[in-house]
Formats: sequence, structure tokens, C-alpha cells
Amino acid sequence: MANIPTTAAGIADAVQSREVSATEVVEHHLNVIAQRDGDINAFNLVTSEHARAAALRIDNAIASGAAVGPLAGVPIAIKDNMCTRGIPTTCSSHILEGWKPPYDATVITTLGAAGAVMVGKTNLDEFAMGSSTENSAFGPTRNPLDTSRVPGGSSGGSAAAVAAGLAPVSLGSDTGGSIRQPAALCGVVGVKPTYGRVSRYGLVAFASSLDQIGPFATTVDDAALITEVIAGHDPKDSTSIPQPVPSLRAAAREGVQGMRIGRVTDLPEGAEPEVAARLNEAFAALESAGARIVDVTLPSLSYALTAYYLIAPAEASSNLARYDGVRYGMRTSAADTNAMYGATRAAGFGDEVKRRIMLGTYALSAGYYDAYYGKALKVRRLISDDFDRAYAQADVVLMPTSPMVAFPFGDKVDDPMSMYLCDIYTIPTNLAGHPAMSVPFGTGAHGLPVGVQVLAPALGEVAMFRVGGALEAAGGAR
Amino acid sequence: MKARNIEGVTSPISAEDVAKVARLARLDIADSDITHFTEQLAKVMDHFRDVDALDLSAVQPMTQPYPLVNVLRADEEQPCLDRDEVLAAAPAAEDGRFRVPPIIGLVE
Amino acid sequence: MSTLLPEGWELICGLEVHVELATKTKLFSGSPNRFGDEPNTNIDPVTLGLPGALPVLNEQAVELAMRIGLALNCTIQPCTFHRKNYFYPDMPKAYQISQYDQPLNIDGFLDLPSGVRIGVERAHLEEDTGKSTHIGGATGRIHGSEYSLIDFNRAGVPLVEIVSRPDIRSAEDARQYVAELRAILLAIGASDAKMEEGSMRCDANVSVHRVGTPFGTRCEIKNVNSIRALGRAIEYEARRQYDVIDSGGTIRQETRHWDDAEGRTHTLRTKEDADDYRYFLEPDLVPLVPSAEWISRVRANVPMLPAARRTRLADATGADVQGEAVSVIVERGQDDYVLSVGEVGGDVARALVYVQQAFSEEPSTPRIPAKDIAALTVMERDSKVTSTQAKTVLADIVANGGGDPAAIAAAKGFEAIDTSEVEGFVDQAIAADPDAWAKFCNGEQKAMGALVGLVMKASKGKADGKVVTAILNSRRG
Repeated sequence: MANIPTTAAGIADAVQSREVSATEVVEHHLNVIAQRDGDINAFNLVTSEHARAAALRIDNAIASGAAVGPLAGVPIAIKDNMCTRGIPTTCSSHILEGWKPPYDATVITTLGAAGAVMVGKTNLDEFAMGSSTENSAFGPTRNPLDTSRVPGGSSGGSAAAVAAGLAPVSLGSDTGGSIRQPAALCGVVGVKPTYGRVSRYGLVAFASSLDQIGPFATTVDDAALITEVIAGHDPKDSTSIPQPVPSLRAAAREGVQGMRIGRVTDLPEGAEPEVAARLNEAFAALESAGARIVDVTLPSLSYALTAYYLIAPAEASSNLARYDGVRYGMRTSAADTNAMYGATRAAGFGDEVKRRIMLGTYALSAGYYDAYYGKALKVRRLISDDFDRAYAQADVVLMPTSPMVAFPFGDKVDDPMSMYLCDIYTIPTNLAGHPAMSVPFGTGAHGLPVGVQVLAPALGEVAMFRVGGALEAAGGAR
Repeated sequence: MKARNIEGVTSPISAEDVAKVARLARLDIADSDITHFTEQLAKVMDHFRDVDALDLSAVQPMTQPYPLVNVLRADEEQPCLDRDEVLAAAPAAEDGRFRVPPIIGLVE
Repeated sequence: MSTLLPEGWELICGLEVHVELATKTKLFSGSPNRFGDEPNTNIDPVTLGLPGALPVLNEQAVELAMRIGLALNCTIQPCTFHRKNYFYPDMPKAYQISQYDQPLNIDGFLDLPSGVRIGVERAHLEEDTGKSTHIGGATGRIHGSEYSLIDFNRAGVPLVEIVSRPDIRSAEDARQYVAELRAILLAIGASDAKMEEGSMRCDANVSVHRVGTPFGTRCEIKNVNSIRALGRAIEYEARRQYDVIDSGGTIRQETRHWDDAEGRTHTLRTKEDADDYRYFLEPDLVPLVPSAEWISRVRANVPMLPAARRTRLADATGADVQGEAVSVIVERGQDDYVLSVGEVGGDVARALVYVQQAFSEEPSTPRIPAKDIAALTVMERDSKVTSTQAKTVLADIVANGGGDPAAIAAAKGFEAIDTSEVEGFVDQAIAADPDAWAKFCNGEQKAMGALVGLVMKASKGKADGKVVTAILNSRRG
């Protein structure tokens, strides 16, 4: 078999130039999956027949001289909370076990048109609620770099799949850090685009005003490539931004000459020493590359966790009410419909989902709205305003992605608050609706990867990728 | 934020509150589990007291991340789902419709 | 109706009317908005509340909702959508997307034909639910059923909820309000507003109080399926509440179900049973801010409304604006036609009568050429035919979709006879039946009949009965 490139861009070029066939590429990755996924459990479902059929179609198209898309032949793993027609979409929950959507998410249609080949649906924390993938109803995913540790969450499966070479790229979703944090813990690149850049149609909703779909990749260039393909206006999503997508691959190569990199001087504490050290080195590297460091403050940042853990569960409590056993998914029999609701949802949802539904219901309930949800929306405004002020002085802001490197299984499952603290640096971006990406930058405790997070203003993906690309170039030397 | 007293200790959420929202959210939770959940939720909500220090009286709530208005769609028919495919995924169906047990105890 | 409640007491009523909009597709998705199709054939991911589905607002639904607002004299304002969260099997998302504290239309009014003004607090957009059928019980209702079947064809259909202020003071007011609202909705093309089909649904809020004291506790009445039932339900409920208060009880705020067969309301649920809806802004939608320019275009699409049509017709014909003729003609949409008869030289007052009497089967744009009717009105006005003869000619014209009235009259042998000839026939009749004449002169009106009969016979039906009567009366002195 010919040498299979390790990047999506490389595969796309090789398939296009007929150095290698899409079928060879898919078979290679299916083999790797078969060999390694037993230890990692990145996949809820490997879609081998679907993938082989898609690869064959691409090979036939190329052979006949027909045009194929920019990702023709590229294997991609999809987080199992994106609807794939006729293929089970479970959100790693018993309540949707075996459910086959009758429609495709917009991103799936887009990737299909681009020629990408879906190799499987990846594991996640149930309904995307979690930071370790330990909340999956189908067992956790293991960090490929140390299988006694978590890969992060909620998109742990997609992060691990790319880190382990099971697929060159994957899609995840990010509501409070669920792409960026697992990317950092698994040593891969993870991007959360501006809210509204990528269609949410077909993404099973967790928190509607915070969710965004984005890519995992081993290179910033691949992350840019996938982002370019999946971003763009979708008339089926009312929150979709009708702005064109700039060239992000070019941005990633542009360098950071003259850019202003914001350093947050009042950043909430909590980062492990090695994580903080890597961040400082990142600043130094960018300075060497021609950027200027600017001190900024984000005084409301420490309140972001509170705002998030009121807004996200509130929206989730409403979004998850549709899982009632009436039209699809699991149903527990009962004498009447009301009893059926209570029994089905109790049996179908895991504890973390139940906790968040209850928390969210409480935050919205009569008499408590102003004190909780209403207040959280105001705190959200403060955070957004803080960022606006910072971005008047800086083009991007840098901070750690995760306060800690990958932690052992079981460390935090019994203490929800400690799990929530994993997201202190990622949550603010979701609240503001801004883009951010995590780029691997060295290692920390136990030789485990550390991610540095690049934050940019709304629609600021060009600045973000410029810095991301530069960090990769600098970090790659480590 | 309201503080509730449980056995002399001030807690932001009580077992009664948890039982009530569990009912509202249609989650059957055993009494033994209510206590456990209450402890966990109370701890989370304790953290939320941090915003009590903020003066939010002049702050406008932020409800939208990106300022779009007037997103509309033309009144044109789009293809429908295949009923057989949809009902095949239903927990119970009869006569082209979704079947549910008697609708007692629910309010329209 | 002063006998419903004792002196000094009055009923207070506000109406909530839900109207299905006449769009092609649903409020937030592109599946068809059609009544009567096979169950669950007009569905899409949004309609079914499938995981991952997202709503997108239907432009035509907004247009029609704005038309309703303008027709009800509302202010149109920037608005938002909220989620109303509750569980019910015909609710596919377990929340309804509706409008809460910032609705599209506010602060309007509707003037009843009687002249009473009923305030309209708001008219907002929201989506409809699916439909449940209950199987196994004796009555087809939930109580006693073995199971239920849900059809989601109706889920997502656009509704406008029109909420009146509690300005209604009688069952008659309520009936007029709904009838007039319906006429407006039809005129602007917003809905076919059929209560029997469910495209217009009415809930009534009723309370009673002693005049001059604060309003009493109100009860909401549901399951009112016709305008007539609405009146009966309101009167029943007002009387029920008065009786409770009069016997020392208090009214509990609750929702009651109207049973039309039994003619009574009974408790459906109390306020305590209701779920907490936990309203919050719908994050999947963005605000709707109608531009001044869009509002102008909508205003241009609002045709002359029934009240204005009735006034116009009454002014043109001299008829009573609250009278049956004006009301019926405008309801049929034949008022433009009546006025057009005037434009081709006809007598509009007479045309009004003709059209009311003979055009009940005609569409709003009648087939009969206006000039034919115009000609007939002139003939009658000029006494070339009697009113009785005119009726016959009219029937002929309508049956044939038109016709020259002069030719028809001639063919039937109808000729005008002038007044002096009629006087002659009257003289003959008096001479022929002096007995009847004597009785008539004595004040016995009935005796006139015999005399008129003799005149008609002698004139072969050509005498105008009104003219004969007038001559007899003036002879008598």
C-alpha cells in the first residue's frame, strides 16, 4: 500500500493526484481503528460499510474525470451528537440508543459534498455535558497518550480519535470548552469558531446560545481547512451569520508580525505550574516572531463559571424536554403518559444530565428567574463588554486552555463542582460568542500535553489562525 | 439569592426544591437520591453566590451572542419526511399516528 | 339582557381568540399548512421536534399577523419570541414558541356594529400543537380512554392569539365581537376563521361584580365551538358565579370546560394545577423588527374593512348602518356591486333591496351585469313597473344571469298604467262593493282588501298595490 499521508490536506492532495485511492485511505484507517480503538473506545460506532461505499464513489468519480470536492477521500470522525441520516445518533445516552435520524445535519451534508468520508460516530459525555467523557452511557474514552487518564470532554472521542491516528480530522461541538479542553488534554488542535459561523442545524442541542461545531486536527492547517469547509451561512439556522468565510489556511501561514497579543493580568488562578509556564513560553515565542505583548484585564472573568452554569443548564433543561418517549428514542412503559415521562427520563438520562436539567429548571422557575437566569444574562453582558474593551487594545488574547493536564479516571466524577472548574478558561469565549482555538504547546506534569488557547473577537478567525499557526511553528520545535 | 434553611444550615437549595423541579422536569427521582442530588446541587449553587457582590442594576441582559434581526424564510413548501421512516423510529405507532398511554394528569 | 343578573350587577368578559393563519407552510418550517391530509404526512424535523431541528420564521405569517394588527388598530412594534415550557404529548418539543413580553401587535381596538369599542390588548404569533385522538373511552375524551393517538400535521401551524381587554359586558357583545373579528379576518385574507374546523378558537374569561366595585375573580371557559355556544356559555357562567357569590361562596380562579350538550361549565383545572411555564427568550430565533417601509406595504394590503364598508353602503343608500340589509350585503361581499349599480345610473337604494332579496346564491362578484339591475331600478322608480312586477322581473334576471328588464316586462305583459287609470279602477271597485267601502270608511282596515282585490282584477294585475292603497286612503279622508 502506498504511503498514506497523516494530514487531511495531504490525503486530499494525494487522492486528487491519484497517488493513493480513497479506498486505500479508508481501509488504512479502518485497520488502525480495528487495532487501536479497543483500548481507547473513541467510537460509539464505526461506519465501515458507509465509509467504503463513499470511498468507492469518490474513486469512481475521479476515475471518470468528474470533479470532486476539496476533502475528497479524507476520513473524518463525527461526534455522536450530530444527526446522520439512517445511522444511529445516540449522544452517548440510553435515551437515544439506536435512534436513527431521518435527516442529516447541515455539516454532514456539507462534508459529504466536499468528499469527506465519515468513518464513525465518536463517544462523548452524555448530551455533551461534561469535561472528561466519563459521563457517557456507553463507557468512557481513554486518553491515547495515557489510557489511565481522561481525554477531556465532552468531545473526548473525537479528540482521542485524532490523537491516536484513527482519523486525521474529526468534528466536535463546544458549549463551554468541549472541543478546546479535550484538544489540550490529547495534544491536538481544536477550534471553536465564532458562534453562528457553523450551522447548528442537525447538532443535537445542549445550550442553544452557546453550542458551536468545530474541528479537531493534528495541524493548524488541517483545522483551518476543515473550518473553511464547514463554516458558512445556512438558511436553516436562524442564528447563522450571513458573512463570507475568509481564507483561514492562508492566515495560518501569515505569521504574527506587528500583531498585539493580549496577556490577561487578572486571570483567575488555578492553572498548574507547568501549564502556566508553557503559556509564558508561548508569549515569548510570539514576541520572537514579531508580535507585541499587551496587558489587558478581564475583571468579570471569574464570574463566567456562575453565568455559564446557570445559562447552559437552563437552556438544556428546555432542549432536553423533548426526550419524552413519545416520538423517538427510549420509552419506559407506564399506565399513563405523565408517568411514562417520569419513568422514561429517569431511566434514560444519566446523573450529570439530570443534575443539569434540575439546576436549569430551578434557575428558570417562577420566583427564581431574576435571581438566577436573569442575573446570569447580565453577568454574560459584563464578560462580553470586558472582551470588547480588551480587543480595543489587542488583536487576540492568550490564556491556558485547561488549568490542568489530563487527569486520572474517577478523580472528579463524584464532585461536580471540581469537574466544572476544568472549564474556567474556556467558558468565557462561549458566553461572548467569540472564536477560540487550542494549540498544543509542549508538555506538563507527567509529560502530558499542554494546550495554549488563542481567543479572538467575533468573526476574528483570521487573527486567531495567524497566531495559532505561529504557535504551532514555534511549539513544533519542542 | 434566596437562602433556605435545612436544619439550621443555610442552603441555596432544599430537598423540597429539588423534588419540585424534578417533578416539573418529569424526572422520577427516588427519595434516597433526592438527598444526594440536593447536596451536590447546593454545593454548585454555593459557588453562584460570588455574583451577589456585583451591582447589576444598570446592566442590560445579553440574550444573543451575535446581533442578527429579521431572519425570515419564504412561505414555500419544502419536502416532508417519509412517514414510514419516522414511525419506524417511534416507540409505538398505530394508524399512521404516534401512540401514547392515556393522557391523564397533564394540562393542555 | 337585564334578566341575567340582578340590578346593579354586571358581567365582565374578555376573549382570547386563536386564529390559524392562511399560509402555505408552517410558522417555523416548510411543511404544508393544510387541513384534512393523512396523519403525519405534513411533517419535518422541526415539526416533530427531532433532535437538532431549528426554527426559521415564515415571512408570510409575519405579513398576515401584521395585517391583523393593523386591521385591529394596533401598534406594530419590534418583538421577540419566547419558549413556553410544558409537557403534553401533542407538543413535540415540550415547549411552544410564542411571544411573551414583547409581542408584535399591541394596544388596538375593535368597534362592534352596535358602536361599542372593545379594546385589543395584543395580537401575537405562536405555533399550534399537534392533535390527539383518544381511543377507548365512551365519549372520545381523555377520561376513560385506553390510549391516545397523536397526529402532528397541525403542529407548527401559525397562530395569532388575539387578546381583548375585559370590555365585553354581555353575551351579545361577545357574539358581535367574534362575528366582526371573523369578518375582518376574511376580508384581509388572514384566515378562513372557521370555528367548526378549529381555524378560529375562542376562550372566554368571565367574572361578575357589583357595578362600582372592583372586578371579581374570573374563570376561563374553554371548548366553545360556535358563536352561539359562546353566548350561552358566557351567560351560564355569569349566572353560576352570581349564584355562588349570592349564597355566600367565593369564586375560585380556574379553567372550566363548556359542555354544550348539557349547557353547563365544569372544572377542568385550578390555578394550582397549572405548570410553571418558565418563559425565557427563544435562543434559536432573533428579534423581529418590522421596518416602517414593511409596515406601510402591509397597510396597503389591508382592504376596506367591514365596518367601513357598512358605513359607505349606508351613506350611499340611506339605509340603516346597523340594519340587516347593509349587514347581509357586506357580509356577502356584494356591497361593491350595489354601488356599481349606482355608477351606471341605477337607484342604489332599490338596488340594495334587490340584491338583499335575490342575490343570496350569488358570489361576491355577481354574474348579473350591473346595468341590467340598474335599468330595473329605474323602471320601478319611474313607475313603469309596480314593485310586485319588479320582483318577478328580478327573479327572471337572476335565474338567467342577466337580461333586459324592459323586454322581460313587455314579454310578461307588464305595462305601466298611470295613476288616473288606477283612479278609474278604484271608482269602479267602490261602486261594485259599496258595502266594503262603507266598512272601510268606518275604520275597518280589513275591508280595504276586498276593494284592492277588485282593482287588481279589473286592471289585470297591473295596478300598483301601493298606489291603490294610497288612493283609497286619500278618498276616505
